[in-house]
Amino acid sequence: MKLLVCISKAPDTTAKISFSDNDTKFNESGVQYIVNPYDEWYALVRALEIVEKNGGTVTTITVGSSADDPTIRKALAIGANDAVRIDSEALDASYVAKQIAEYAKDKEFDIILTGKETINYNGAQVGGMIAENLNQPFISLATKLEIEGNTATLERDVQGGTEVLETQTPFVLSASKGMAEQRIPNMRGIMAARTKPLNVIPAIEIENLTSVLSYSLPDAKSGCKYIDPENMDELVDLLHNEAKVI
Amino acid sequence: MSVLVFIEAKSKVSKAALEAVSYGSKIGSTTVITYGNINEQELTVIGEYGAEKILVNRSLNESNDQQLTNLISAAVDHTGADVVVISQDQTGKSIGPRVAAKLNAGHVSGAISLPETANGFVVNTNVFSGKAMAKITVHSDKKVISLLPNSHAPVKTNGSATVEEFNADLGEGRIIVKELKTQGEGIPLPEAELVVSAGRGLKGPENWGIVEDLASTIGATTACSRPVSDIGWRPHHEHVGQTGIAIRPNLYIAAGISGAIQHLAGVNGSKVIVVINTDSEAPFFKAADYGIIGDAFEVLPRLNEAFKKFQSSQN
Ligand SMILES: Cc1cc2nc3c(=O)[nH]c(=O)nc-3n(C[C@H](O)[C@H](O)[C@H](O)COP(=O)(O)OP(=O)(O)OC[C@H]3O[C@@H](n4cnc5c(N)ncnc54)[C@H](O)[C@@H]3O)c2cc1C
Ligand SMILES: Nc1ncnc2c1ncn2[C@@H]1O[C@H](COP(=O)(O)O)[C@@H](O)[C@H]1O
Repeated sequence: MKLLVCISKAPDTTAKISFSDNDTKFNESGVQYIVNPYDEWYALVRALEIVEKNGGTVTTITVGSSADDPTIRKALAIGANDAVRIDSEALDASYVAKQIAEYAKDKEFDIILTGKETINYNGAQVGGMIAENLNQPFISLATKLEIEGNTATLERDVQGGTEVLETQTPFVLSASKGMAEQRIPNMRGIMAARTKPLNVIPAIEIENLTSVLSYSLPDAKSGCKYIDPENMDELVDLLHNEAKVI
Repeated sequence: MSVLVFIEAKSKVSKAALEAVSYGSKIGSTTVITYGNINEQELTVIGEYGAEKILVNRSLNESNDQQLTNLISAAVDHTGADVVVISQDQTGKSIGPRVAAKLNAGHVSGAISLPETANGFVVNTNVFSGKAMAKITVHSDKKVISLLPNSHAPVKTNGSATVEEFNADLGEGRIIVKELKTQGEGIPLPEAELVVSAGRGLKGPENWGIVEDLASTIGATTACSRPVSDIGWRPHHEHVGQTGIAIRPNLYIAAGISGAIQHLAGVNGSKVIVVINTDSEAPFFKAADYGIIGDAFEVLPRLNEAFKKFQSSQN
C-alpha cells in the first residue's frame, strides 16, 4: 500500500494567541509549534499501522517553509518512511489542496489521509478539496479504517450517530478521534528520522481564493458571579431573569 | 445576490437547516436544494424562514459526498447562484470544501457572521479553536459559506416557498453505507442550546446519573472533558474542547472540570457558562459567568431540584 499523510504544524495548545502588524498576522514570538494533533495522533499512526500489517510505505506531505521541518522530522521519527515539503507559504485551504493534489495526481497513492482539522484554522477543508481535485471519494471525520485488498471499511461520525461504510481505494479521508492511539517517538526513531529523505519541491503557480483581512480576540468575560452552593434557586432565577437562557 | 442553500433533511428539517436558510435569505434571494424522500408538508417550513423556492432531488437517498457535490453544482448552474450556503454539520463538513473546489470558489469555513459587502466580501469565522476570530475576504466570483451551527438565530418571515423536483446527473456514488448506528434521540452536541458537561471530578462513570438527571430535566445534551472520554467513562462523541467538538450553546454547565486551556477552547463560545468546582482556584472560574464553589455530588442534585421547582412554577 502506498499511503500519503498530510501533515501541518500548529501552535502548541497552550500557546498564547495574539496578533501583530495591526492584527493582520499571528504573533509567533515565543510560540512553540507541534504537529497538528489530528494529523499526528490519528492520521499518521493509523497509516503506519496499516503498512505494518499489509506492507507498503507512508509518505508525509506538507505545504510550508523550512520552519515546518522540525514538525516534519517528528512525523518521520514516529515512523513515516519519507517526507515531501512543497516549498511555499500555505496561502489558504484551496491553495494547499491544489498543491497536494498536483503532487499526488500521478503517484497512485491508495489512500490520502488528513487530520480532521488544523487546530489553528479549524477549517476542516483541505481533505475534501484534495478529494474533489483528484475526483476521489472523501470520507470525513473517520473514526475507524480497516483495509482488505482494495476494499476499505470505515466508520464516520454523522448527524445523530455513526455510519459504517465501504469504499474502494483510492480515496481521501480525514481522521478523527478513535482511529488510532497516539505514539511517542523513541530514541531510535528520532535518530533514524535525521537521515530519512525530506524532499523539498517547488510549488505550482496558483492563486489563493481567500485571505485573512484581520484577526481579533473575543471580548473578555466581565467576571464571575459566585453563588452559594446551598442556594440553587438563586442560580435558576439568575439564569432565567438575568442571563435569559432558561 | 442570488443564494443557494443546501440542507439535509432526512425526515425533518433541523434547526441548523433553518439557520442556514434564514442566513441565506439575509444575503439575497434564496433557493434551497435538498434531497431524499422527506414529505412536502415538512419542507414548506423552509418557506417560513425566507426561502423562495425549494428544489428537491428524489433520486438520491443517501448522503454521498460526490453525488451531493454534483447535485449542488447542478443547482448552482440552474439558479445562477453567486453564493452557496451550507450548514456546517457533519454532512456539511464532508461536502462544503468539496463543493467549493468543484466551483473553484473561495470557501469560508465555520462562518459566524453575515457577509459584509461594503468593501469586497468579508465573513467572520472562529480560528485558533475559538480563541480568536478572523475576517476572511473571498476573492472569487462564486463563494461558498459553511455556517457554524448556533451562530445565526433563525428568523421567521411571512414568506412561503414553492417546491420543485430537481433532477441532475449525479454520477456514481463510490461510498456504500452499510449501517447507521444511531446515538439515540437526543439533540446532537453541535446543535444543542443547553449542555451539561462533567469531568474527572465526577470520579467514575457510575456517578454520571446526576449529570444525566439534570440534563434530562432541562432538555440538555451531555458532554465531557477529554480525559473522561479517553479513559472510556463516556463515549468519544461527548468530548468537547480543542481536540474534540467545539460548541456554542446558550448555556454550558460544567461540573468537576478544571478548565484547562484546551477545554476552554471548545466551549468559550457559549453564551453563559456555569462552573461547579470544589477548588476555588480552578481556572474555569475565570471563564465563567456564574460560579459555584462546591461539591458536584451535592450541587448537581440540588440544581436539578431547583430547576424542577422552577418548571412547575412556570406551568
Ligand atoms: C494537545 C492537547 C489537547 C487537548 N485537548 C483537550 C480537549 O479537547 N478537551 C479537554 O477537555 N481537554 C483537552 N486536553 C486536556 C486538558 O489539558 C486537561 O487535562 C483536561 O481538560 C482536564 O480534564 P478535567 O478537567 O476533567 O480533569 P482535571 O484537570 O483532573 O480536573 C478535575 C476538576 O474537578 C474538580 N473536582 C474534583 N472533585 C470535585 C467534586 N466532587 N465536585 C466538583 N469538582 C470537583 C477538581 O478541583 C478539578 O478542577 C488536551 C490536552 C492536550 C495536551
Ligand atoms: N499546509 C499544510 N500542509 C499539509 N497538509 C495540511 C496543511 N494544512 C492543512 N493540512 C491537512 O489538512 C487537514 C485539515 O486542515 P484544515 O482544512 O486547515 O482544517 C489537516 O489536519 C492536515 O492534515
